[in-house]
Formats: sequence, C-alpha cells, structure tokens
Amino acid sequence: MQYLLLIYNAESQWDALSEAEAAKMHKEFGAFTQSIIASGNYKGGNQLHPVSKATTVRVHDGKTIVTDGPFAETKEQLGGYYLIDAADLDEATAIAARIPSAGMGPIEVRPIVPMG
Amino acid sequence: MANEQEPLEQIYRDEWGRIVATLIRLLGSFDLAEEAAQEAFAVALDQWPRQGIPANPRAWLISTARHKALDALRRKTRWEDGGNPDAKLAVLAQEPTVAIEEDGVVEDDRLRLIFTCCHPALNADAQVALTLRTLCGLTTEQIAKAFLVPLPAMAQRLVRAKQKIRDAGIPYRTPPRTELAERLQAVLLVVYLVFNEGYNTAGEGRALSDEAIRLGRVLCELLPAEAEVRGLLALMLLHDARREARKSSDGDLILLEDQDRGLWNRKAIGEGLSLAESALRSGPGPYSVQAAIAAVHAQAASAIITDWPQIVALYDVLLRMQPSPVIELNRAAAVAMSEGCEAGLRLLDELEERAELRGYYLLPAARADMLRRLGEWSAAADAYRTALALASQEAEQRFLTRRLAEMEAAVRLEP
Repeated sequence: MQYLLLIYNAESQWDALSEAEAAKMHKEFGAFTQSIIASGNYKGGNQLHPVSKATTVRVHDGKTIVTDGPFAETKEQLGGYYLIDAADLDEATAIAARIPSAGMGPIEVRPIVPMG
Repeated sequence: MANEQEPLEQIYRDEWGRIVATLIRLLGSFDLAEEAAQEAFAVALDQWPRQGIPANPRAWLISTARHKALDALRRKTRWEDGGNPDAKLAVLAQEPTVAIEEDGVVEDDRLRLIFTCCHPALNADAQVALTLRTLCGLTTEQIAKAFLVPLPAMAQRLVRAKQKIRDAGIPYRTPPRTELAERLQAVLLVVYLVFNEGYNTAGEGRALSDEAIRLGRVLCELLPAEAEVRGLLALMLLHDARREARKSSDGDLILLEDQDRGLWNRKAIGEGLSLAESALRSGPGPYSVQAAIAAVHAQAASAIITDWPQIVALYDVLLRMQPSPVIELNRAAAVAMSEGCEAGLRLLDELEERAELRGYYLLPAARADMLRRLGEWSAAADAYRTALALASQEAEQRFLTRRLAEMEAAVRLEP
C-alpha cells in the first residue's frame, strides 16, 4: 500500500533553530531518506517552502481568484512530505516515527486511494 | 425444541469469535467473514435440531461458512469482474481444512482479531463496538441498546471502523513482542470500559459486564504470561461479586459500607483473590493494584474492620504508577476511614483547589459523606445539594436525595 506522510511543524520552531541545529537536522533528513530508499519504501518526497511563499487559488463561478498565503490560520503548517510504500499501517507509522522532525510536530499518515 | 436450541446458543457464544477470527484471516474482510459466519449459524439453526449437533461443531461451522463465503465470492466475481477468478477465491479454495481446525491456529486468529479491533488507529468508541460485535458476537442492536446510542448511529460506527481497517491498511496480526505490552494496554482498556459500562448501568448493561469478564478469561487463556491480564480479570470478578449487594430491590444504590456482605458472590471472590495474588507476585501493574484494593474489601467482614491503612498504602502505589485526581479522591475517602474525616476533608480541600475534578459529582458527594460522619448536618446538606446538581444517573440522584432529606431532618431536630 502507498501512504503519504505529511510533516507538520510550527514554522516558528524551525526559524528558532541555530545554524548548527539546522545543519544537523538537514543531515539527519538526508540519512533518513537514504535509509528508506535502501529499504525500498521510498516513492518520493520533498521539503516545502514556508507558507509565506504560498499562493492560494480559488475558483468562483468560473472566475479565478489568486491570493497570497493559505487561508486557514493554524498553529502547525505542512512543511514537507514523503510518499512511501509500506506493507500495512503499522509499517507506515513506524517509518513516520523515524522522520527526524517527528519530535517537533505531528506526522499525518494518509493512505493513498489505489488507481483504477 | 427449546432444549435443543440452548446448546446451539451456548455454541454460538463460545464459538462466534473464534470462527469470525479465522474467517477474517482467510477472507481478508470483516464484512465477508461476519456474513459467512451468520449464514453458517443460520444453517445450523435449521439443521441441528433435526439432524443432531455434529461431533465437532466448530469445524462444521467453519467449513460451512467457508463454503458460503466461496459462493458469495463467486457470485461477486461473476458480476463485478466479468468472471475473472479472484485472488481471495483461489486462496480460500486451496486452504486445507485441517489447518483451520487446529486449536493453536484458531487461538492465534482470535488474538489477531483482538489486537486489530483494539488498534490505536481506531478511536475508543469504535474499538469497543468492534470488539463486542466481532469477538463477542453481540448484535449491532444489542450494542446500541447497551450504550444508549441510536441503532443507525451504532451501525454507522461499525461500518466506519471496518472501512478504516480496510482502507488504512490496519494489519490483521498480533503485535511483535517489542510492542505487545503497549498494545495490550489498549486491549485491557477496552475490556475495562465494557465492564464499567455494564457495571454502572442498570438492565441491559448487565450483559456487558458478563461479556467483559468472558473477554478477560479469553485473554488470560491466550496470554497466560501477562500479569496485568490476570489483574484485570481479578479486578472485574471482585467488583462483580458485589453486584447483588450494591442495589436494593427497588434499584437504589447501596454503598460498600452498607452492603449485606452475605450477598457477595463467594465463588467469584475466591477466584478473584487467587488471580490477584498471582498477578501481584509477577510484578504489579495498575490493574493488579486495583484488584488488590478490591481484595482487601472482599476479605473484610465489615467496613469498620477493613484494613484501611493497607488500602491507603495501595492507593499510594497506584498513584505513583498512574497519577490521577480520581484516584486521589478515592485515596482521600480511604484516609477518612483510616485517620478520621478531618484528615480526609483536608485532602478534599486540596483537590478542590486544583479544580481538576470540577463538575465531578463524587467530589462533593465524598465531602458530604465525611461531614455527615462528623455530624455537621447543615454543611453536609449543602454538599449533598451540590452533588445532586451534578449527578446524571437516576440511581445516584435517588441516593443523594435520600441522604439530603436525612440531613435536612437532622438540622430541624437540632436544638
């Protein structure tokens, strides 16, 4: 089964990291990604720019409205994701728990609806 | 006819969970398994009274259910997949019957089912409903009634839980050793929730506490090495032993100290005591310690001669394992019995200041009881009024109203 692991963090927490801490986190993410590539679980993944760089598109009555930022004000923002292949939910949650930033914010594990 | 259906009912209660557990593994679907098991029992209900009960009813039921499931799957594949043989169908047709009749395999299936029903990815309400439906064989209607939930809502809850298991890929397996202790906590909590629901509600609830005790026995059989499983069963048995004594004939609540201890079920107490002892010897957890507290009560001939200092000490142990204001409240009541009501009231003051139990009727009820023992009728009456405003169950309200009337009468008699 495929799962999308959505990585949520308070962006302010990331900003508060010292340069050394940020470098360490970066290295840990690299190692984690390598490990799930090696185990065959990795299908894709990316870090996202902060919500200050986001743009929201809405369509009303056929008219496109483009605005700055996301609409919902939430404490934690989507900061990145992994797409993984796992035997079942237990394997997916075990992988999610190993994401280096998991101690800083929740990881949402969403099963992918199979195509066809 | 009636005496021929009775053994069938017994077989249904004993075997439903086992049969469904094995069918889920074979079919990979809760719905298909339940349907097939239901059909097999319907055939049994029709045939057995006329032809007699087969020598091995479980094997007969599993094999009949397997055939029913095969039929259903064949119909389904013909209609939906244009006649393509379904993978499940192939597996099912090949599975040697002998393997699924062996006790060991069946018991493993039952454990898988318990841990899947109590998977942390399901919410607590769904865990409870699913356990009662698939493992205990209660009907959706019975579960809805027991939890005072409308039938369509309970049916929906079960449907959603099964959909989540399927779509989120919740595995059908017993967790590995390293995760067993943690996952077992969720299972024990479900069993204890079912028990308490039954213990605290009248009528329909009765069946739930029986069901929880049955589940406790099954878990003890399946996980003999786990002390807390024995602790929980002991706790339930020791509380359930007081069932006949804790309500009057007109349904009024009778406090532990006023209960006729001759009505306590000595057989259940005997079993509870030996289980509690064995659980505590293997390293106590919260359920075993609570069972030990119930055991001290069970061994006392009256409330007065109960070993209250021992109970206070056990609450101290419990609080270290599991800090909780409700446990602190229970400890305060034990302190009042052991050291006097003034000491108990001081602890209640502290609890009240922290406001964690705001809205919990047992806090003012405990205060009222201690004030009553001290002869502070007027203050006791005030506390009973506060408790009455917060109590939600009818039996509780009747008890508090009775006590309040006694206090008001005592105030009037005062010079």
